[in-house]
This record gives sequence, C-alpha cells and structure tokens, in this order.
Amino acid sequence: MKNRSFIARNPSILVFLACLGIFTLAVTIASEGFGLGLISTSFVKTLGKTLCLCLVAVAMDLIWGYCGILSLGHFAFFGLGGYMIGMWLMYERTRLIVTESMAAQEIPPTPQEVVDAIGTQIFGVVGSSEFPLIWSFAHSLTVQLILVVAVPGLLALVFGWLAFRSRVAGVYLSILTQAMTLALALYLFQNDSGLRGNNGLSGLQNLPGVTASQDVVSIWFLWASALALALGYLLSAWVVSGKFGSVIRGIRDNEARVRFLGYSVETYKLAMFTLTACIAGIAGALYYPQAGIINPAEIAPIASIYLAVWVAIGGRGRLYGAVIGAALVSLVSTYFTGGQAPDIPLGFYTISWVDWWTVLLGLTFVLVTLFAPKGIGGLFDLVAQRAAPDRHGADYGPDKGAKREEEGQ
Amino acid sequence: MSTLLEVNGISVTFDGYKAIRNLSFNIGEAELRAIIGPNGAGKTTFMDIVTGKTKPDEGKVIWGEMSRNLVGMNEARIAQAGIGRKFQKPTVFEDQSVRENLTMALQNKRGWSSVLFWKPSKADQNRVVELAAEIGLADELERTSGELSHGQKQWLEIGMLLAQEPRLLLVDEPAAGMTLAEREHTTDILKEAAKTRAVVVVEHDMEFVRRLECKVTVLHEGSVLAEGSLDHVTSNPEVIEVYLGR
Repeated sequence: MKNRSFIARNPSILVFLACLGIFTLAVTIASEGFGLGLISTSFVKTLGKTLCLCLVAVAMDLIWGYCGILSLGHFAFFGLGGYMIGMWLMYERTRLIVTESMAAQEIPPTPQEVVDAIGTQIFGVVGSSEFPLIWSFAHSLTVQLILVVAVPGLLALVFGWLAFRSRVAGVYLSILTQAMTLALALYLFQNDSGLRGNNGLSGLQNLPGVTASQDVVSIWFLWASALALALGYLLSAWVVSGKFGSVIRGIRDNEARVRFLGYSVETYKLAMFTLTACIAGIAGALYYPQAGIINPAEIAPIASIYLAVWVAIGGRGRLYGAVIGAALVSLVSTYFTGGQAPDIPLGFYTISWVDWWTVLLGLTFVLVTLFAPKGIGGLFDLVAQRAAPDRHGADYGPDKGAKREEEGQ
Repeated sequence: MSTLLEVNGISVTFDGYKAIRNLSFNIGEAELRAIIGPNGAGKTTFMDIVTGKTKPDEGKVIWGEMSRNLVGMNEARIAQAGIGRKFQKPTVFEDQSVRENLTMALQNKRGWSSVLFWKPSKADQNRVVELAAEIGLADELERTSGELSHGQKQWLEIGMLLAQEPRLLLVDEPAAGMTLAEREHTTDILKEAAKTRAVVVVEHDMEFVRRLECKVTVLHEGSVLAEGSLDHVTSNPEVIEVYLGR
C-alpha cells in the first residue's frame, strides 16, 4: 500500500497533466502563430496569463487549503516576480534600441554614455536618469531570473519569520498580509522607489533580440506557462503527499497537537509560506511579459483577495480545485469586464457587466461558501460517488482554518 | 528508583488567581502515577507547565539525567526531549487515516527537510502495524480517523503517544466518555506502557484509578495534599474533606 509510486497513489495528477497537455496542444494548433488561426493572439495571451494565475492559485491552495494560513498577500510575491523579470526585459530592450541609435553617431559612445542613455530612457518618465541601486543586476538575465525566486522568497521568509514566531494566526495574520501587500504597493507607487512609480514597467511583451512576431512569442509563453503550471502542480502534489503533507494538514486542523508531537509548527509554516511565495514569484514572472505591463496597482490588496476567492470557488484543499477556480473565474471575469458581455436593459436601468461583474462575483463567493463549501472541485466527488461525512456539525479540528465538515469527503 | 521528572516549587497565577502554589513532586523512571483532585486543583495546569504550554511564574521542572530545566523551552522541543501528552478530549487528526496519524507520531526526525524527503522504512511500517494491533485498531489502518468511535479515537491518541516513544507520558482523563469494556482495555494499555516508561494519569474517576493500582498524588488548590497508595490517601481526613467528602 505504502510503497506504490507517488503517481499511482495520486491518479488525479495524471488526469490533470493530460488535460493540461491537450489544452496546450489544442491552443497551439488553433493559434495564429503555429496553426489554423482560429484563436487570436490576444486570446492566446489571455489563456497563457490564465495558466499563470492557475499556478499562483495552486500556491494559494497550498498555503490556505493545506496549511490553513489564509494569506491575503500572495499577489505581492506574484507582482515582485513580475517586476524582477520586467527589469531585465526593459533594460535589455532599451539597451538594444539605444545602442542602435548611437551607432549612427560619428564618435562611438563610451559604455558610460550608453548606460546613461538607457537610464534617461527608462527613468525620464519619473524625472530621473540615474539607475537606482536595485537595478544593479538588471543587465544580467541570470541574476534577474534568480531574483524572481529569491526576492519573493526572502520577503516571505522575513515576514513569515516575524509573524509566525510571535504566533500570529488566523484573521490577524490575514490582516497583516494585507498590510504587507498594501505597504509594498504604496511604496512602489512612489516615483523614487526606483521602479518607475505608478508608470510601472512597460513594453515587457517584446523579448530583447527576438525578431519573431507576437503571434509566435505568445505561443512560447503559453508553453512556458503550461510547463511551469505542470511542474508547480507536481511539486505541490508531492509536497502535500507523504508525511510532510500530513504534518501541514495537521497544522491546519489542530496546530497545538502537532506541537506536542514534537514538530516545530513555526518552521513548517515558514517553509510553506516561503515555498508558496517562490511559486507565486515564478507565476508572476511568466504572467507580466504576456500582460506587457506591470504597475503597483497589480499588487493592491484586492488582488490577493481575488486569489482567495478563486481558490474558495474552485474548492479549497484540492489542487485541481484551485486550478479550476482560477481558470474559470479569471476567464469569466475577462469576458464580463472586457465589455464582451451584452448589457441587460431593464427599462429604468441598464445592467452594465463591467460594473456589475464584481457584484456577481461577490454573490457567487457568498453562495459557494454557504451552500457548496467544496466548491467546483466538489463536483468530482459527486462523479466519484464519495459519500459526504456526517460529523454532526463538527469540523475536523479546533483551529480557525481547519477543514470544515462540509468540505470533507 | 531514579527520578525522571522533578517539579520544584512551581507557582503560576492567572489574572491574580493562583492556579498552582509552590507545587513540588517527583516522578521516577518507569512509574505509573495517578494524579487526582477536585476541579480547579491545578491538574491540567500542571500538565500545561510540564509540556511548555504555560510558563510558570517561578520554579523549575527538572528533566532526565542531564537535569535540564524544561521551563522556557517550547512545546516542540519538550516533546522531542521525550514527553508525550494526551489531551482530555481525543485529539487525533480527523481528516487523516489511522496509518497517517501513527506515522506522523513515529519517533523520527522532526525537521521539515527530513520530513519532506522521508520514506517509510520496513521497520517503520511494521511498527505502525504493531502499534495498531496494540491499541486494537489493526483492522482500521486505512480508515479516516474522524470516522472512529470516541473510544477508538482515545486509543489512537494513546497509540500516537506510544509511537513517539516518550520517556514520560502525561495522560489527561483517558477514561472520560468510555464504556466499561473500553475502560478496562485502556487500563491495560496504560499499565503495559508504564513498564518501560513513566506514565502520569490525571483522572477524576476513582474506580479507574483503583484499577491502575499505582501511587496516587492528590492535588488541592494547586499543591500536593497527600501522596501514597489509593487506600492510604482515601483514608486521609484532609482528602476526604476536600475531595471525597463532597
């Protein structure tokens, strides 16, 4: 029983990977860049971005659904990942443009002149031309790729260490994470934060040195996003299986008991918080080149709340639930907020979905929480005919984040 | 008999109420000890202090040959040092199978990285099966522990404690809510466990304590009132006055 392979014990992983593979293949075939041209490039980008959102939702499910920590700040890590890759994209592209235009000059520019010109190009918009210290490594793709993981990871490590060590938990921790993402957003909004204030980083869709059209690049990013999601899903599924998974689910349901078993609850929480921040960073680094622009509004507190809503609607505590929730809600959201949904004229008032979509989403969230706590993922239990437990109203543990009776299977 | 745990002059105050006053007693290696006392005598607080949940205002808890002071250590470190605790209410991980519960409790490394890459060895698996047999749950290994009966959960929790291989087992009201047959089984498990380690049982139920046939410590208002065999303490007029007389 115990010695069967990891995949054999979790057949849903194979199903998920197969679905993801088929989806990616189908989009590739139907795309403008590689196939029949049935799907527009902008929609391919939307799908690619959706895969990144699914990945950050998987991270959210790990920390909330499995470890019981309702973090409402994971979009900060997502955004930081995007900023880190955005710095290299913007620097390198500007450098290429600047070098090209300076090559026409009679006197070849000195390296310092090139750097100054890049600085003027990038920071002119915030009235500066100096490279701030945090751009020190922007010229190196390798370093910036490391920072995609390292910066969110380090922030999570420091924040988590402070919070968990003082045993901040439950709603207080949620508020603290909201404060963290708000503080970061407000800081980045400042022009002298070094990341171009509210202008953010732009032009990220253009890969430096790549002449291929966006039709093709969009498919590359779709592949990369699908690969990252597949690997992130596998990693997450592996982490939550086995004894480590037992311990973190134990922490979710009854952390005092885990302590008395001799496990250092704080260390485990910190490890999970940091790991999920790193995953979120990677997801962000793949998302923003497809979005083309990142600015501090992206990491506003509401974004992280949306993340929790996706996971709740998809079904907390099952990884595919998080993916389904994120994919479905963000795509439906794109449909409604993109102005594609027809308005509903009521005679005296016209329901414009651009405005009313958030109300609909909020209502859905409330209804799911009240009447279908397993979320969309719970539908699979109906198919598998798993009997719902009758626990006489008792949850699976005394902790606030504990699995609820209604979520059981 | 050498001393395993020495509680020395412990006092603790909650909002001005002295829950424990200058409490001192010793527990030897491989000793079975029952602690009785009326409500509010400080039984559970005593356990909280030994396991690190509550910090005493003064006093020491001396542990083992190295005479380490447990006061100031956190719960996980104390548990790793060899003290296991069973709660009043059965607290097992209800979302997980009996096997997962026992596996988690097994005496292995507790660090996150070693747990992440941990694979059950043949010995570990055998130990889980053996423990399950010991607590009468051999046929329930794959069941979700939330589905077990109240008594079975109590045993599973005791099984998890045994899996931890603690040198001292603190057991809070193990017989609460059990049927007569379940109580007898519980007594057997505890007596068996006490052959190789110290077991401290906090209990209300006199009949249950009698069956344990061990030394009894009577607590009252946070300090030791009497100590000795059950017959000895129950004939003590003070004990009759504060506890049995009511």
